[in-house]
Amino acid sequence: MITDPTEQTTDPYAPLVRIERLSVDFGRLAVLRDISLNIPRGQTLAVIGESGCGKTVFLKTIIGLLRPTRGAVFFDGRNLAELNERELTRQRIRFGFLFQQAALFDSMTVAQNVSFPLRQHTATPDREISEIVLARLAEVGLPEDVLAKRPAELSGGMRKRVGLARAMALEPEVILYDEPTTGLDPIMGDVINELIISTRRRHPVTSVLVTHDMRTARKGADRIVMLFPLSRLRPDEPPIICAAPPREIDTAADSRVGQFVRGEAGERLMEMRLQKAES
Amino acid sequence: MSAGSNIPTVDLSRGSAGPLDGLGGWVADVGERVGEWVTGLGSMAVFSMRTLRWLLFRLPPKETILPNFYQIGVLSLPVIALTGTFIGMVLVAQSYEHFRQLGMQTQLGAVINMSLVRELGPVLAATMLAGRVGSSMAAELGTMRVTEQIDALASMGANPIHYLVVPRFLGCLVLIPTLVIMADFMGVVGAFYYGVYLKGIDAHHYLENSRNFVGNFDLFVGVFKSLFFGAAIALIACHRGFHCDPGAEGVGRAATSSFVCSFVVILLLDLMLGIMLDGIYYSIWPDAAASIMQ
Repeated sequence: MITDPTEQTTDPYAPLVRIERLSVDFGRLAVLRDISLNIPRGQTLAVIGESGCGKTVFLKTIIGLLRPTRGAVFFDGRNLAELNERELTRQRIRFGFLFQQAALFDSMTVAQNVSFPLRQHTATPDREISEIVLARLAEVGLPEDVLAKRPAELSGGMRKRVGLARAMALEPEVILYDEPTTGLDPIMGDVINELIISTRRRHPVTSVLVTHDMRTARKGADRIVMLFPLSRLRPDEPPIICAAPPREIDTAADSRVGQFVRGEAGERLMEMRLQKAES
Repeated sequence: MSAGSNIPTVDLSRGSAGPLDGLGGWVADVGERVGEWVTGLGSMAVFSMRTLRWLLFRLPPKETILPNFYQIGVLSLPVIALTGTFIGMVLVAQSYEHFRQLGMQTQLGAVINMSLVRELGPVLAATMLAGRVGSSMAAELGTMRVTEQIDALASMGANPIHYLVVPRFLGCLVLIPTLVIMADFMGVVGAFYYGVYLKGIDAHHYLENSRNFVGNFDLFVGVFKSLFFGAAIALIACHRGFHCDPGAEGVGRAATSSFVCSFVVILLLDLMLGIMLDGIYYSIWPDAAASIMQ
């Protein structure tokens, strides 16, 4: 185990992100329990599961926005919870994060949003920053005339693409996608899927893709893991009920995986009614 | 039979409505409330310490400071000037008749200007700032919390307290004294106009009595207190915004509670600082107390 936070991991085969027995509670509410997972460099991992199973919490814990209640997240060999603020910042800029609603800064223009990480962490001259912003926007298929627009003037798809351009601004080693296609029409959803794939082709990134859109998971991921809500798991059951490559996900042994993949309600409605009656 | 088996127990989970059930529930509720209150106070203290640490060690870029200064200072000026003017006029309108019956109308300037400079100016400016700027800060930061913009800042390696709170804190702290001076000045002008021009009080004696009664220390007291009000408004508003509950209702509640909490804290600070500063004043100038008694 690395004890010096400034020491770099030299083993290129070591997983870039290592999650060890991660549990996250909010007060009395347990959201994640005992999750252990390795994400090798260059891999795209899709995390699927029902709404409320803790996918977003999982993603935010990976980047250190939330602290584990128990267990640890190791990034490049370092335990994020043990880093001081400066060191954590240094590690965070190795990540790009595409938020569910893009989380663009309302008070800034598109150009200011995309250039924000560059201005925050580099001494790049303004002219060069403008070129980088234009290049990033071109990569996500946005024209120059959006530069001066505010996020409120953009459509949902455009906002997601600006969010992706911003996440890519510092050419991060890891990109975290939180429900990248949620709320978009099927065509724009597929555009985002294509962008995720093309981003990976252009830049050698490790990605974690949280989604409940099976099309996105199948198309973009090397490996899919499925989380199941803790409230419906037996105490001795592992929270990851499936970890498999996309081609094997349909034939998973656990029937709950097949049910989710095919989008079948099954007994779910009955269960919800029973839960309500019990409460 | 084991010794422990004889101990009588009360099953609070049972549905029967015995007197102990109600008491247990009440104690649990009070305990939970006290726990929440202490947690909130602790969270506020940690938040304030972090803000002060950033303020002492690294100022935010001027691109974040200037818009906040404009919002807090420039845009608040007209409303504070207007309120100050009206308060000055209202004070004269309310008290003129009583003073006239006692034949002391020329003393009005002294009493009103003293009230304005020591109490009403700072408290009024702080209340307006809490309403106009504090609520808006809480709503803005609350919306940023709900829409994950604060998480986005942190994910890009920008500390949200450094980037969002410190400029607002600095704006309130630095600009509230100027707003208080403006409220004082306009209140004095409003009172003078109403008293001298509309009620016909002798201008010379009105001003002379004011000058004899209101000193530099009184002005200092008002401005000094306002620094604490400004700091409290910014910290409460930003804390409420940062810890906003999800949804539109959460944002609304953050804005409302920011104003209510700021207002209560302003009055509390006003009382405590007033007592403390009076104590300092009379310990430095003990003759002042004796002269009032004569």
